[in-house]
Amino acid sequence: MKPMKLAALLTVIATGGLLLYATSDLPDWGDPLSPANAGDLSTHYIQDSRDDTEVPNLVTAVLADYRGYDTMFETVVIFVAGLGILSILGQGKRVEPLAEPVASEGNRERDMITITTCRLVVPIIQIFALYVIAHGHYSPGGGFQGGVMLGASFILIALTSGLPDALKRMSQERAIFLAGLGVLIYAGTGLLCMALGRNFLDYEILHKVLGGTGVKARYDSMLIVEIGVAFTVMAIMFIIYAVLSSKGRMRGGL
Amino acid sequence: MDFFYQTFIAKFNYWIYVILMMIGLFAMIAKNNLIKKLVGMCIFQTAIILFYVSIGVKQDARIPILTKDEVPHGGHYTTEHHDGHKDHKADQERPYIDAKTITNPIPHVLMLTAIVVGVSTLGVALAIAQKVHLHYGSLEEDEILAKIPLGNDG
Repeated sequence: MKPMKLAALLTVIATGGLLLYATSDLPDWGDPLSPANAGDLSTHYIQDSRDDTEVPNLVTAVLADYRGYDTMFETVVIFVAGLGILSILGQGKRVEPLAEPVASEGNRERDMITITTCRLVVPIIQIFALYVIAHGHYSPGGGFQGGVMLGASFILIALTSGLPDALKRMSQERAIFLAGLGVLIYAGTGLLCMALGRNFLDYEILHKVLGGTGVKARYDSMLIVEIGVAFTVMAIMFIIYAVLSSKGRMRGGL
Repeated sequence: MDFFYQTFIAKFNYWIYVILMMIGLFAMIAKNNLIKKLVGMCIFQTAIILFYVSIGVKQDARIPILTKDEVPHGGHYTTEHHDGHKDHKADQERPYIDAKTITNPIPHVLMLTAIVVGVSTLGVALAIAQKVHLHYGSLEEDEILAKIPLGNDG
């Protein structure tokens, strides 16, 4: 094993040396005139997204509107990752959540303090997650962040009250349904734009459905799309935890 | 001194990213345990995220969220009242946005999605590792290789 490690070390040092040599051509830290910062694309996003979309948070505007394709397929990647985890470790058949936890499968004595604290904290986490999703236009936030928070709240239930308890609230079928629903909301918004005669994910035409001006339609459809992302991220984060913590049996757990 | 400034101070973000990346790469190549390899992969991923975000930094710039003066609340509702024609007065009152004073949003967008996708792909990797453990009873690479039945040539 020793010569293997030495070879790895030499490879790593050589790669690192080449990368460090290449940094002499890269722009300095914080240079506002570097190609990435002063390019037409970034300037356009910063200066024109206000008139195009009325969204103050430029990251949300670029994420959900200008780079809508990118975000949609990131959501699809998350969805496919969740399905991949289920097909690698899952049982392949419908798993019934147990009404009575089996004694041998992780039914340890649950601590009342942690369960009560979790019961108090989970609603606050979920309300805050909804706020983060809905307020993504004005502050750091959006579908990905809020979705992860919602997923974390279900993971917290699974950690304190046990996986069967969490699965009663969010069963495997429901999680898969919500993950698919999220992708459907996103892709459906794009298809609706196509049905109304514009390009895929060109939200401006949606003012025929949502009312108001084209700018307002872009503003509103960003929220719709973020909600779709949040559904998928929430469900897949919970599926990842549920499958990995129970070795795919979806019962017992940690 | 000038060489020192040009090589280290002005580029310190690249030094950190290269060092982190090499730690991750070494762990992925040299470590025997599959989980340690995944930890290496995560460090590698973090290095890339750091690299991207550090490229978008501008000196003395603020976060890429416009202020209330620049985008008045509900601007698109006021333009609606004027029977189709746009409320140009409202447009003129808005201050000019200087792109130099706002951090580049593109790296943030790219990394925002990359972080969540990284978590879910890490989930897939852990699922595969768990399957390997269920099948071979080990996560050490050499022990797994010893248990894999060899083909005709072995």
